[in-house]
Amino acid sequence: MQDYQTQKPTVLEILNTHQAMPGNLLPILHGIQDTLGYIPPAAVVDIAKSLNLSQAEVHGVISFYHYFRETPPGEHTIRICRAESCQAMNGKALETHVKQQLGIDFHETTADGIFSLEPVYCLGNCACSPSITIDDEVMGRVTTEKFDRLLATYKGAK
Amino acid sequence: MTRVFISRDSTALSLGAEQVAKALEQQASSKGLSAEIVRNGSRGLFWLEPLVEVETSQGRVSYGPVQVEDVAPLLDAGLLDGKQHPLYLGNIEEIAYFKNQNRLTFARVGLTDPVNIDEYLAHDGYRGLKNALALQATEIVKQVTDSGLRGRGGAAFPTGIKWNTVLNAPADQKYIVCNADEGDSGTFSDRMIMEGDPFVLIEGMTIAGLAVGATQGYIYLRVEYPHAKIALNQAIEAAYKNGYLGENIQNSGKTFHLEVRSGAGAYICGEETSLLESLEGKRGLVRFKPPLPAIVGLFGKPTIVNNVISLASIPVILDKGGEYYKNYGMGRSRGTLPLQLAGNIKHPGLFEVAFGMTLRELLYDYGGGSASGRPIRAVQVGGPLGAYLHEGQFDTPLDYEAFAAISAVLGHGGIVVHDDTVNMADMARYAMEFCVEESCGKCTPCRIGSTRGVEVIDRIVEGVQKDKNTVLLRDLCDTMTYGSLCAMGGMTPFPVLSALNHFPEDFGLQSAKA
Repeated sequence: MQDYQTQKPTVLEILNTHQAMPGNLLPILHGIQDTLGYIPPAAVVDIAKSLNLSQAEVHGVISFYHYFRETPPGEHTIRICRAESCQAMNGKALETHVKQQLGIDFHETTADGIFSLEPVYCLGNCACSPSITIDDEVMGRVTTEKFDRLLATYKGAK
Repeated sequence: MTRVFISRDSTALSLGAEQVAKALEQQASSKGLSAEIVRNGSRGLFWLEPLVEVETSQGRVSYGPVQVEDVAPLLDAGLLDGKQHPLYLGNIEEIAYFKNQNRLTFARVGLTDPVNIDEYLAHDGYRGLKNALALQATEIVKQVTDSGLRGRGGAAFPTGIKWNTVLNAPADQKYIVCNADEGDSGTFSDRMIMEGDPFVLIEGMTIAGLAVGATQGYIYLRVEYPHAKIALNQAIEAAYKNGYLGENIQNSGKTFHLEVRSGAGAYICGEETSLLESLEGKRGLVRFKPPLPAIVGLFGKPTIVNNVISLASIPVILDKGGEYYKNYGMGRSRGTLPLQLAGNIKHPGLFEVAFGMTLRELLYDYGGGSASGRPIRAVQVGGPLGAYLHEGQFDTPLDYEAFAAISAVLGHGGIVVHDDTVNMADMARYAMEFCVEESCGKCTPCRIGSTRGVEVIDRIVEGVQKDKNTVLLRDLCDTMTYGSLCAMGGMTPFPVLSALNHFPEDFGLQSAKA
């Protein structure tokens, strides 16, 4: 894990640019996660100080939202939709297959640090279920074979 | 220069539209053909995506679904002149699935470049705002009331009444908040309109601002929709540049500012009071009502919270009048509802139609039956908190009251189809599990009830004191229905009880209809 001292200037910069914005905590957390890939637990002190909140309040917000994470993700984040529409099109079998192929469960990262796996409840791609995303790219009608091909491309690109 | 349309809609992209667009651009230029590629929204006929539409002298001609390897043969066959090819579909607007719709809200989606304001203006855009600028606030609200529009987010509350409450609430500042946290499985109409015609939402919100005297708007957008965020921000920038947002809109002296805010993966933030908490920078905990957000909303000020489709329906109402809109529909369900066909269905997509069509017509005449070719067994309408319907209920017309009469909800118009391989006890268990995962935790029936619900369903399925546990499950659902603060806990019993009542055999029970 990176040393927070090297990340601190980024965090302070983000806090600074959002100073005057009403309801700025979520935009700040997004800003930090977009830049650093996660929200370093040590950043909570600075965020709380800047917004005049308690650390418990800031931590409470981070942990409430599924999207925010306090550990660094792998190079690529794979999200699998677990909602009804995808279930209706064999989403559960795909989910089992993906976990097996990667050798990890949800909220984990592969040992080589390439892939993190997260569950998601609806990507709005229900017309072409089952769906996954790899980073920001949505993919539809994902069969186990199609997933294996995708995985190979991402590994190859590495 | 021949214009070629290839969608930038997420679903089209998920099927390879980006690669097709790139291949077409490269191959056309290497063959010395002149083609201008326009990235439009999607027509919503998703089994035909990626769809390629070409503007020819005989009108727009389509081909689909087009894969990268089809591009070369298509160009050779004379794609740019609209010539024949096995993927040739003719004019997409003549296909029954499209032709028989009533596209009021989605009129431009798939037709135009979504972020080009000149195209928006050329296709009747901003006519509603122009009319609104000439009206008194009360007259705008009256048009909306006359239209009979009810909130398309699910609760179906009359939009005009909500607006009137905010209009009459005295305050130094008011807000318009667009609930773009569409988290229901099987729904994608919000996403499609934000990606395919973002200006219509911006126009609707601006009119809402004029109607109640609000100068600031927020679109609370779910983080799962990165493409929608890009399109919205591009359109907002263009609207500011062209004097349709900001100070002194079209020299009217009126002001309206608009900003997109990202959610962070919490389903409960689709509930309006949780959403407001989240916008204020807090955990998305449900607020007690009253006071209503219309009186005490964002930052304690009177606030309109409307769903994307509700707000996107406003421009056509202000353009053509409340009466025009009201003439579509049946009973107290007026206008059109963009339905979304998803799950195990042969022809999935978006289908905007006046209220009143039956589910059966939609599933078989347009949807083409299941994708697997097996019999359709259960259909969930209205998202994860909606009831499961069985075959005997497919003739119910799509109308708020008709659905309420069979203990179901029409909600957002999302329709998820399951074939006969579905296990309905699993789906009931999943509904409870989803509530465990997504409950905000503020009230006990939802937070604890859902956890106990999963356990009780497990015991029934395992055959442990089946009858006793079934009574207990019903009792628990009763407590959740009447004791929860919001729809999360209050409606989770809909999918659970409908599964139990209509499909008892999946729970190991014998036709124990209650």
